[in-house]
Parts: sequence; structure tokens; C-alpha cells
Amino acid sequence: MNEQVKKTRDPFVRITKRDGVTFGKACIVRAVCIAVALLLCAILTVLVTGQNPLVMFATVFKGAFGKGRGFVTLHEAALLLCVSLAVTPAFRMRFWNIGAEGQALIGGLATAVIMFLFHDRMSTFPLVLLMTVSAVVAGAIWGVLPAIFKAHWGTNETLFTLMMNYIAIRLVEWFLKIADKSGSNVVSHSLLGDGIPNLFGVQYLFNIVVVALLTVVLYIYLQYSKHGYEIAVVGESENTARYVGINVRKVIIRTMILSGAICGLAGLLIVGGASHSIDSNIIKGRGFTAIMVSWLGKFNPLYMILTTFLLVFLARGADEVSTICGLNSSFSDILTGIILFFIIGSEFFIHYQMHFNWSFFEREKNDEAGAFSAEKPAQTDEKEEA
Amino acid sequence: MTVLITFIQRAILQATPLLFGATGEIITEKSGNLNLGIPGIMYTGAISGVIGGFFYQNACQAAGYAVVPIIAVLIPLLCSLVGSLLVTLIYCFLTITLRANQNVTGLAITTFGTGLGNFFGGSLIKITKSDVPYVALTKISLAFKKTLPFASKTGAFGTLFFSYGFLVYLSIILAIVAAIVLNKTRVGLHLRAVGENPATADAAGINVTKYKYFATAIGGMIAGLGGLFFVMDYSGGIWANNGFGDRGWLAIAIVIFALWKPNFAIPASFLFGGLYILYNYISASMALIPILQMSPYVVTLIALVLTSIRNNREKQPPASLGLSYFREER
Repeated sequence: MNEQVKKTRDPFVRITKRDGVTFGKACIVRAVCIAVALLLCAILTVLVTGQNPLVMFATVFKGAFGKGRGFVTLHEAALLLCVSLAVTPAFRMRFWNIGAEGQALIGGLATAVIMFLFHDRMSTFPLVLLMTVSAVVAGAIWGVLPAIFKAHWGTNETLFTLMMNYIAIRLVEWFLKIADKSGSNVVSHSLLGDGIPNLFGVQYLFNIVVVALLTVVLYIYLQYSKHGYEIAVVGESENTARYVGINVRKVIIRTMILSGAICGLAGLLIVGGASHSIDSNIIKGRGFTAIMVSWLGKFNPLYMILTTFLLVFLARGADEVSTICGLNSSFSDILTGIILFFIIGSEFFIHYQMHFNWSFFEREKNDEAGAFSAEKPAQTDEKEEA
Repeated sequence: MTVLITFIQRAILQATPLLFGATGEIITEKSGNLNLGIPGIMYTGAISGVIGGFFYQNACQAAGYAVVPIIAVLIPLLCSLVGSLLVTLIYCFLTITLRANQNVTGLAITTFGTGLGNFFGGSLIKITKSDVPYVALTKISLAFKKTLPFASKTGAFGTLFFSYGFLVYLSIILAIVAAIVLNKTRVGLHLRAVGENPATADAAGINVTKYKYFATAIGGMIAGLGGLFFVMDYSGGIWANNGFGDRGWLAIAIVIFALWKPNFAIPASFLFGGLYILYNYISASMALIPILQMSPYVVTLIALVLTSIRNNREKQPPASLGLSYFREER
């Protein structure tokens, strides 16, 4: 009888889904989670480096916004935001494009090839135009291939896009071998020329302006256009989309062309507008970080500005800490990982509610008492038998 | 002939980390969890083993004792298992208990794990303030590489079959055991049920949460051994940052290539291992090497497309792969 009571007892924690959470409340939950994560990161940093935490925080700020750093940080954020914007339409459609790295890289490669071939033969304006077109087309091709197979045969897009990353890397290595006979790992500025000129004589300004415009345009496209609505419906339920007469295949392919094209544009900005050189690690994992940025920003371009700055700020700050303390630069990856865990976990507390059943423990005590009293006579029985 | 034999031997060495990773990921995916954190977990498994071995080797040197092979193997092995278990548990807690998005969580784990590996690999000496120039666990590596005694006496046959450290055999045994458990036992049946349709499994009285936790944790620990093998056996105990490369992602590709069957993963990883080093054995011009290095990925793509076009019910991923389960949701 005791066992039956145990089985039907309510669990200690019961979880129910929340219907609607106010925006403010969700923000508070997220802010608390980020604060806890930062605290944990601070403790970890102090443990590893053994330095004063206040000095450490000053170092982080100096790394991100110190003298001459602020603008570079802004530019870093712009590049990351550009890749994040690229993956957003696909993610809204629940198309798990983890190939942004490759799509951006192939865009960069196309830029580099054009620069390599024509930089001393064409004037600046047609050259930049040709670079842009080739980068966008290359990125779009890299993005649309998985989409075609996904749309027609349901091929797993996560792995397809992932494999395309590595094919892009090898293509870049091939280009490196052909373009630079010395066997160097990078095709440098001297072989590629100047690429995109500085806007108003300010370095990186062109990239920042392009990304700022793109953010606004993409926000309007996703929130207010018919295409944006179709993407949202396909993402919510393909069956619903089919029922209301949306051509799902067309939407998937069209959206991935867009996604790949913006990635290609990011490649153009990185190679043509910033580094003026290419190597196989030029995207530096932004394609993967972009997924976090996009997801954390709820696939909304405006929120994504905030999440981009959070991640770039942390990465640059942690870089500064590791340089000063002579630690490995991967320390920032660990900190980023910890913060991501907390932000990912915070979603649970926004979407679900926990109900604690405090009587759980009281009953358990009773059960134990009951079990004890039931056992006692059994023991005495045994003794009697012995 | 000797070239062919060394090629096969090198291919099997390349294949072993992939096979560990693939077996781990198959077990994980059978429970409906798509763990994209496997690359990071493999890094964690590697660096945890290195940390354990580093302390043991230094302690031996300080005390003036010789390194005992059995302990030199057991300490890194245990550390590796614990390290990858801890990181996998973060993934489990976030995706199973907190029902977070599996893709994003997995990628975060990969960022974290890779960072963990490279950070400790690069800073271990500075943090512990020891006076060695770089992390070189050569003595411990020798214990891991110890082959069967008759390997060198049986010629080509011995080179092909006996010339490996114990982890190579362990990877194959684990894959076979995983295949048997998944297909022939009640536990395997329950696990597959959880991966296919957790609501039905739940209704049948299977503890979905428990199965998901155990499958993912065990899968992560097996994958971590792949990292340990790579650093201790393949690289001779020398840690190089990012040395493990993209093998974690290839392991995930093998899962699809092997159609979610651990026994198929054995030949599949041998094939990938061969393709990985093929460029060393084909006399091509330097410029073409990157094109040859593309082959594992192109083969994966072709396999991926072919399996999806054939659309055979037997050859599909677990139906609820990538979805978190919430009992009260309909």
C-alpha cells in the first residue's frame, strides 16, 4: 500500500508552459541571466589570472573601447552583424543554415579572384561593381545548392551546408596555391590591390554604412513585406503554408538565394573592404557566431544589433585580458561559451513556469515514518524465527 | 604493396577518432538529440586527458619514479571520460531539462569545448608554473601506443591488424557493441522508441528523460575518447592548438553516411580516413592537393543527396531528431 502512495504523489517541480510573457518581464529574465553569467566569467578570470577583478573589468573595457579601439570594435560588430543578417531569413524559415562560414568565404574568394585578375587593369568603380556582383552571385550559388535539394527531396540542410563550408575552404586553398607560387598561406595585399576605396577617407566606414543600411532594409523586408510573411508562415508550419497556397519550394529556394547573397556580400566587405588579403580562415568563425547572434536576437535585425555588440564586446575584452596576462587567446571562446549557456538557459524561464510542490517533502517524511513502522514488525519477526 | 599496407594502416589511424565520434553521435541521435557539440566534446576529451597525463608525468619526474604504463593509460583515460561527461551534461541539462534549441546549444558547446582545449593546451604550462618548454607527453603516449607483442614479427599481416594501440580496437568493439545493444536488446528498443516518438514511448512507460540523458552522456563520453586517441596516440602526446581540425564535424557527417547504424560506421570511417590522407599517396601537383582534400566532403554530400532521394523508410534519421520533448505539449 505504501508503494501505491509513493507512485501517485505529485512531483516536487511541475512545469507548465506560459502563454504570453510581457516584453519587460522577458527582458528582466534575460538581464539577470547575463548578469549571473558575467559574474561567473569574472570569477573564472580572476581564478585563472589571479588579478584584481576591478582591474580586470577596466581591461575588458579598454580592450573594447580604449584609444583607437572603439571604431575597430564597431567595424568588427558590423561584419558579424552582416553575416548574422544573412542567416536570419533562413532561420526564420527554420532552415538550419550553418554554412554561412562557407557562403561568406566563397564570396570573399570571388572578390579576391576578381581583384587578383583585374586590380591593375580596371578603374576603381567598375572593379568594385564587378567584385560586388561576383561575390553576391558566388554566395547565392553556395546558399541555393542545399536549398534546391532541401526543397525537392528534403535533404538534411544542416549537414549539406556544413560540408559546403569545407569545400569552400579547400577551394580557397587551391586559389592560394595558384595565385601565390611561394607556397604562402595567404594571398596578400600586394597581389590583390586596394579593393574598395575608403569612404570620405575613413577606413572601414564603407563597410559600416553598408551594414547599417542592410539592417534597416532587411528589417523592413522581414517584418512588412509579403515575402517576409511567407517566410514566417513556412517556418511556423509547412503544411499551413501549403494550405494557404504558398509555394513552399519557391520560398525555400528564394530565401536561401537571399541568405547566400548577403553572406557573399559579407565576404566582399571582409576581403575587399577590410583585409585586402585572403586566407582560408579569413571569416574567423563568424558564420557560426552569427547563428548565436541571430538566435539570441530572436531573428529580429534590430535586437540583433544589441546581441552583436554584446558578443563582440566580450570577445575583444577577453582578448585584451588574455594578451595582458599572457594567456592563450582562446580564453574568450570559453567566456563566450559560458555566456551563451546562460542566455540559452534563460529562454526556459521565459517560456515555462515552474510550480514548486513544497508539500512533497512533508509527505516524504510521513512515508518514511510509515515505512519505518512497517519494517519494524518484519524485523522482529525475523528475530523470532532466528 | 608496402605502400598499400602503410596506406591502410594510416587510414585506420585516421579513422579511429572519426569512429569514436560517429558511434557517440549515433547513440546520441537515436535518443532524438542532435548533438552538434561533438567537435567541442572531442576537444574536451582530448585536453582533459592531456591535463591528467601532464600532472602524472610531472609528478613522476619530480619524485624521480619511472612512468608506469598502466597508470599512464588509466589516468588520462579517466580524466578524458570525466571531462567529456561534464561538458555533455551541460548540453543535456540545457536541451533535455530546459528544452533549449539543440542546434544552438550544440554550437555553443563546440565554441566552449574548442576554446577549452586550445586555452588549456596553450596555457597549461603558464598556469601550473612548471618549467617544461611545451606539453609533450611522449612517455604516456608510448603507453597508449603499445601494440600487441607479436605485431612486429608477423610481417604485413601484423602491420595491418596488430600494429595499433588499444584505443583502435576499443573503437571497433564499442561500435559493434553499440550496434548490438541498439538492435537486439530491450534497452536499445526503448532508446529507439524515445528517438522516434517520445510521446508514445512515454505512454508506454519508458522514462524519456532518463533515456535521453543516459544516451547523450554515454555518446559524449565515447566521442571524447576520439579526442584522447588523437592527441595521445596519433599525435604522439603533443598538443597542437586546432590540431584536431574538422574531424568532429566529419564524425557527424559519418553518422548520416552510415545511416545511423554503428556497424556501418566502421567501414564508413575507414573510407573517410582513407580519403582524408589520399592526397599523400597520389602523385599530383602541389596545386591539386586541396582538390583531393575535398573528397571526404564531396562523398558525404553525394551520400546525403542519394539517401534523401531514395527516401527509404529504413534509412531515415530518428523521427523526433532535433526536437525537445515536453509531455504537456500537444
